[in-house]
Amino acid sequence: MYAFEYVKPRSLKEVSAFLKANPEARPLAGGMTLIPTLKARLAQPTHLVDLAALEELRGIELQGSTLTIGAGTRHNDVMRSEHVRQAIPALAELAGRIGDPAVRNLGTLGGSVANNDPAADYPAAVLALGAKIVTDRREIAADDYFQGMFATALDAGELIVRIAFPVPKRAAYEKFAHPASGYAMTGVFVAETANGVRVAVTGAGPGVFRWKEAEAALAKKVAADSVSGLRMAADDLNEDIHGSREYRANLVNVLTKRAVARIAGR
Amino acid sequence: MARVEVIVNGTKKSGEVEDRTLLVNFLRDSLGLTGTHVGCDTSQCGCCTVHMNGRAVKSCTVLAVQANGADVVTIEGMAKNGELHPVQRAFTECHGLQCGFCTPGMVMAVAGFLKDNPNPSEEEIHKGLEGNLCRCTGYINIVKAV
Repeated sequence: MYAFEYVKPRSLKEVSAFLKANPEARPLAGGMTLIPTLKARLAQPTHLVDLAALEELRGIELQGSTLTIGAGTRHNDVMRSEHVRQAIPALAELAGRIGDPAVRNLGTLGGSVANNDPAADYPAAVLALGAKIVTDRREIAADDYFQGMFATALDAGELIVRIAFPVPKRAAYEKFAHPASGYAMTGVFVAETANGVRVAVTGAGPGVFRWKEAEAALAKKVAADSVSGLRMAADDLNEDIHGSREYRANLVNVLTKRAVARIAGR
Repeated sequence: MARVEVIVNGTKKSGEVEDRTLLVNFLRDSLGLTGTHVGCDTSQCGCCTVHMNGRAVKSCTVLAVQANGADVVTIEGMAKNGELHPVQRAFTECHGLQCGFCTPGMVMAVAGFLKDNPNPSEEEIHKGLEGNLCRCTGYINIVKAV
């Protein structure tokens, strides 16, 4: 690791001011991506600004048809939360499949969504559920937020404070995890929302994306048969030593079908 | 440099560290607690697992300064009054090790996960051990010990 200075402000205001005054500083949430990145010398921030003391980033609330989760909430706390399990069980299940237990004890919702790793799990849920990303400056709709590999609508120094998830009628997440890293080779989140069925795919492409053809097919009928004839085009998908783009396209087809089967019953 | 104060195995310890010092290096190099091992150093293998405020974490992926004020338990703190922790005893009785390098991390991970799920199924045990690698592949007896 290159040297940096560590600071741990007590309030969101202080963090925002510090990041504004120090453009090369980086916020530190759970550190499950950032610390390995620093160890590999892939980043050289002047400061790490620890967010762990911020009360503003805590808490899980269920109010009416909206589940709001503080950005600093650890994956294991999302997994175990009664509110989450009751309102959006698919989200609790997704959180319980991130990384491994020790990673889930530190990694946070906000950190994952801010980083927007193309193989991360949370972006699929945020996009499929049409969640709202609340920052220290504004609210951003999920459809505007994700902008490709590690790219988001966040401005420099802008922090996610919480994420508001509309409670869907039904939802399911199906993931084919890389056996070593636990990251999604492909993950598909299907949600039947007040605004129709939304299908979000992570891991397969350069960033999370909606599979509009599947959504259109499911608008007619939420059943595995509706999507069994569809074929995801492989052209724009990822290809690496772990799998070809055709392989990933097939995973999208299969996982979408499985997720739909889970919410529709067979 | 930063000053850190950590309760380690029930005793307050402090030291001067560089801001970038990892918790595992603070434990091993500053405090001499070498039971916590560095295996992969890339958050994969779990050999460096310790408990921080009651939760199992990989100490190669936590900064010592992040642990400032925290309660940390390492493998050295598991036995009490000369009595092995039940998980340590189970690993001994079931011979849940081969070379032993991964064992401290395994014990800490297992003790952490049993707190959340005291009566796991075999499948849940496998999932609970996902973050810990035994390169001797001695998993059968480790699962038996759990």
